[in-house]
Amino acid sequence: MLAPDAHPLLPADLIACHECDLLQREPALAPGETARCTRCGALLARNPPDSIDRSLALACTAAVLYLIANLYPLVGLEMQGRRVEVTLAGALHILWHDGMGPVAALVGVTALLFPVLELLMILAVLVPLRLGRASPRLAPFFRLVRSVQPWGMVEVFLLGMLVSLVKLSHLATVILGTAFWAMAALIVVLTLAGRAFDPRLLWQTPGQTP
Amino acid sequence: MSPRPALTARQAGLLSCHICGQLARPPAAGSHALRCPRCNAPLHLRKPASLATTWALVLAAAILFVPANLLPMMTTASLLGTQHDTIMSGVVFLWQSGSWPLAAVVFFASVMVPLLKIMALVYLAASAQRRSCRQPLQRTRLYRLVEFVGRWSMLDIYVITILVALVQFQGLATIQAGPAAVAFGAVVVLTMFAAMSFDPRLIWDPLADAPPSEQPHD
Repeated sequence: MLAPDAHPLLPADLIACHECDLLQREPALAPGETARCTRCGALLARNPPDSIDRSLALACTAAVLYLIANLYPLVGLEMQGRRVEVTLAGALHILWHDGMGPVAALVGVTALLFPVLELLMILAVLVPLRLGRASPRLAPFFRLVRSVQPWGMVEVFLLGMLVSLVKLSHLATVILGTAFWAMAALIVVLTLAGRAFDPRLLWQTPGQTP
Repeated sequence: MSPRPALTARQAGLLSCHICGQLARPPAAGSHALRCPRCNAPLHLRKPASLATTWALVLAAAILFVPANLLPMMTTASLLGTQHDTIMSGVVFLWQSGSWPLAAVVFFASVMVPLLKIMALVYLAASAQRRSCRQPLQRTRLYRLVEFVGRWSMLDIYVITILVALVQFQGLATIQAGPAAVAFGAVVVLTMFAAMSFDPRLIWDPLADAPPSEQPHD
């Protein structure tokens, strides 16, 4: 395997747009500012204020909400005195035994597994950063976060629950469980955590201050 | 529209890491199995076999889109009998029961989005293959839209999951998922992979190769 040069001669602020490949200089960003490609408008960099502290706090909140969202019933139905409540794992179990293995696997991966994987990877990156131990060894975790992110679909799942409850509302009383609200909060907190995190912190050499 | 001639990383002989953005110059000896000097991610000038992969995945998705819409998505067994519902009849049911905003949401997410996504990917891949210089900015925006909106097609899969799990009143009513659910899930996953395998920089490459005076104005 050949290792390319890190290229010390290139200016440190020279970057290529990841969507149109245009070479340009990355402007110095004040807290809260974003940089966009001059040609195609792609988001190049952000400088969220207090990045590590805020994203770490939000990621911890998200972890608690994730636990609540999976331990308590999501939704329930009451029909002629009979009451049914399901958790996410329970719903997957029923689907699986209904002969819908591939569908159960798809839902399990996108609504259950990848969100928690994303959360764990974010924490695995943030905790060492907070302790001042930024190192290139964190890079594989960050790569995992990036590849897992598009497949976590908690917000679509929440909308799916709403649609199915509306479909059922005419034949039974519909119950929104604790986990439903926890999941709604989880979506907000996860989005905020993603916005608060500045990946550029990962690549700074330890001596450098932001 | 004739954008200002500008230097791309490819023209400058540089690779940019798709994870951390580090620029690197490939060694002259060979350019396979390169890794980013900063984050160790695999380095490519462009996503490998981007167009061929996109074409294959889009084609597979287009084929599966047919059974996903024609086969029953769910089967409802109740005291009144057994009823098979496709995606469209589910939309019609929502519409007739008065919840037309939800009918619109489901129709858009389950029928329009996958269809428009397949068409958009075909257009993007075909125009990149023809090395078209036309409307690169609009095509990049279309690509962003396709990437952003794709996940919402999973909606119907989740609706089925909750319906099947909740409506298990033995003797009164039960709901089972139908074969269309598997086909539909496959369409969503395949189109998402297709969008990921498409490299938007291919839209811009022909502009860098053609001198501004020779750019076609079709």
